[in-house]
Amino acid sequence: MSSGIERWRIWVFALGTLALIGVAVGYAVYSAHKPAAASSSATAVAKTLPLTSAGAPRVLYVDAGIGPDQGRLAEESQADPGASPTLGAIQCERSYSAGGTLLCLRLAGAALTTSLYAQVYTSAAPSAQPVHAVALTGTPSRARVSADGKLVAWTVFVSGDSYNGPNFSTRTGILDLRTGTLIDSLESFDAYVDGQRYRAVDINYWGVTFAADDRTFYATMGSKGHTWLMRGDLVIHQLNSVVENAECPSLSPDGTRVVFKKRVGTSISAPWRFYVLDLATGKETALAETRSVDDQAAWLDDDTVMYAIPHTDGTGYDIWKVPADGTGSPALMIRDGSSPSVID
Amino acid sequence: MYISRGRGTVATTGDGSDETADQGTHVAHVTAVNEDESRPPRVPRNVYALGAVSLFTDISSEMITAVLGYYLLIYLKVSTIAVGTLDGLYSAVPALLALSAAYLADRYRRRKLLAGFGYGLSAVSKLGFPIAGASVGGLGLVQGADRLGKGMRTAPRDAMISLSAPSAIQGRAFGVHRTMDTVGAFLGPGIATVCFSIAVTAQAFKSIFVTSFCTACIGLLILVLFVTDQRGPAAEAGTARPTLRSGLALLRRRPFRRVCVAGTLLAVAWISDTFVYLVLQQRLDLTAIQFALLAVGTSGSYLLLAVPMGRLADRIGRWRVFYGGHAALLAVYLLLAGPVGGALLAVVTLSLHGLYYAATDGVLMAYAGPMLPAELRTSGLAVLQSLRALGAFCSSIIFGFAWAYLPAGDLVLYFAGGLVLMLAIAGVLIDPRRSAVVESAVLETTAVESTAAQSPVAGETR
Repeated sequence: MSSGIERWRIWVFALGTLALIGVAVGYAVYSAHKPAAASSSATAVAKTLPLTSAGAPRVLYVDAGIGPDQGRLAEESQADPGASPTLGAIQCERSYSAGGTLLCLRLAGAALTTSLYAQVYTSAAPSAQPVHAVALTGTPSRARVSADGKLVAWTVFVSGDSYNGPNFSTRTGILDLRTGTLIDSLESFDAYVDGQRYRAVDINYWGVTFAADDRTFYATMGSKGHTWLMRGDLVIHQLNSVVENAECPSLSPDGTRVVFKKRVGTSISAPWRFYVLDLATGKETALAETRSVDDQAAWLDDDTVMYAIPHTDGTGYDIWKVPADGTGSPALMIRDGSSPSVID
Repeated sequence: MYISRGRGTVATTGDGSDETADQGTHVAHVTAVNEDESRPPRVPRNVYALGAVSLFTDISSEMITAVLGYYLLIYLKVSTIAVGTLDGLYSAVPALLALSAAYLADRYRRRKLLAGFGYGLSAVSKLGFPIAGASVGGLGLVQGADRLGKGMRTAPRDAMISLSAPSAIQGRAFGVHRTMDTVGAFLGPGIATVCFSIAVTAQAFKSIFVTSFCTACIGLLILVLFVTDQRGPAAEAGTARPTLRSGLALLRRRPFRRVCVAGTLLAVAWISDTFVYLVLQQRLDLTAIQFALLAVGTSGSYLLLAVPMGRLADRIGRWRVFYGGHAALLAVYLLLAGPVGGALLAVVTLSLHGLYYAATDGVLMAYAGPMLPAELRTSGLAVLQSLRALGAFCSSIIFGFAWAYLPAGDLVLYFAGGLVLMLAIAGVLIDPRRSAVVESAVLETTAVESTAAQSPVAGETR
């Protein structure tokens, strides 16, 4: 039977395959060399970035412009916003810093062993090496550190298995730096909605924010198309619902309010609006930012929140800020940046 | 007995002694049918060629799957809601199109052409990613085109495998194809990683899309150059051209209808992989990376066992292996609900899970294929595949709903009970104790005779 193949078919196959491999490899090599020409960054790259500030508060963020510095940590002084940013040697997909601790979600490792890591750097260990590294699977989504730098939390998107196509679910972990205790997934906690134990096959958690007592935290729980703002307890491993329809909470520095994304429309491309919830009164206030933003906001100070907005052409982000009381209007804060956090 | 007739392997089936008498009655019939076969047939080149097409196509699509989440959510910043909507297309589109594509393939006897369109469409869709950019509508079109291609090609491809292989080795042929297919799924993510390591992020995606397109084109090249279309159906002279109605009328044939009913019922008692892994995760408290490795475990076992199970099916009976394969699934359920934990639980469960797929997925196609007339084989296989997909869909809805009310262990035990019940019904519909050779003999009879051939039990036909 094998003698039945005409010679020309084998030749066409061999040449065709060679040509296709040539195109694939050629394009990959061409792509790899193209940006090298543009890597003459004028800005000096600092070896490390100090994680505490001696003088005026600074904003640490991830460089989100397309180019050789994409993904590098950078900072900008709030006292002198016009000065060119300092670029760090650390590269992150998503980062957050507080209390002298930096959490950085990044891909690390060479070639086939590349993996996503949640890396923790502290100002106590001045070398550019992480003090903790937790290997993760998935796509980095959210990062947060408690105000005193003792607790860190991250969320990644985990895609489903190939038999069912990629249905997205999230996985949220918390690491206690004091004890080294790792909560690999919040899904091991008991959830209560309006006081009733809630069980479902499709529970997901994302977007943690910590309170000052290093025990209480807030996060989003999603299930069956609904989302809830949950108040969690790290000691008894429990979560209780606070309000429905609230995603990616971020607690204000004074601990009285939470800024979150609220689903306000059915539009696929613009479903959300930022709201601030007063935890004491339960009052919700819509912020002046009318664009739909898919980000966990951060507080610049007690009166202002900041967040990343993608460029309209889909090739990077800018950091914007807006007052937290519903007044004023959004203002551009840092061009080509994402993942902002305050160092003070 | 028929041991002396050449295919000595057939005698070594080791049935229970209580079946000996039953088997004996069929022997004369069997030897008569297989008399002219002097040596065991080989898996035809066409099957290897189709396997190679699937291998390259799977590399192409799995390398995209590996990075798609990252691309959409981080690089493009498409919202999760949009991603969820795109996912819906993944399951809805192929089901809708499988039947109509299968009908066209039979109607115009153009199985290779329809499969080729399917493979080609998926290949071209890879280049759509950079063009669509962050546009949700554009990405929907790209994903839709890829899935449309998959829906179009599956039944014509399985029909070509079925029509290419002699009926005695259908099981082995499908085993070879499914093994090559799974190898592709293994290689894809690795190649994506290589692309990532030689290009920086911003450029790596384009490089992955181009590589994926080129890989799919190699698959297409193999299809065009080395796959022979099965255009001439075993001449059933005088029959009218297949119509949509005649495709569905296949269900009026009792043997095929029984396969469809039994296959669908068993699919309802199947717990989706996602849920199996979820229960394992709950039992073992796995880290994210261990969790991701669960699917690799199942695929690995499937990959290694697909050909052996196919061979076994040809030897002792395809229905018997398909039916018995569910014992592996039952064992998986019992392990999930049972007291044993630790690494042992994961390893044994995943091995059995892969064994279940190896004994059922291709084997069922190998069993059903020969009982369908050649000119309607694509439609028949598409009907069977769609019904089973529907059954599996029901199962997932039931499982997801019940999860909220029952502890995982109890729920899995209920499904185990359901599986036993479905196995009992399936066993009444098609008796798994029938011997292999009788099975293929009956099937040949069914194919050669007109639609009048009725009983699945050989004893009755004589």
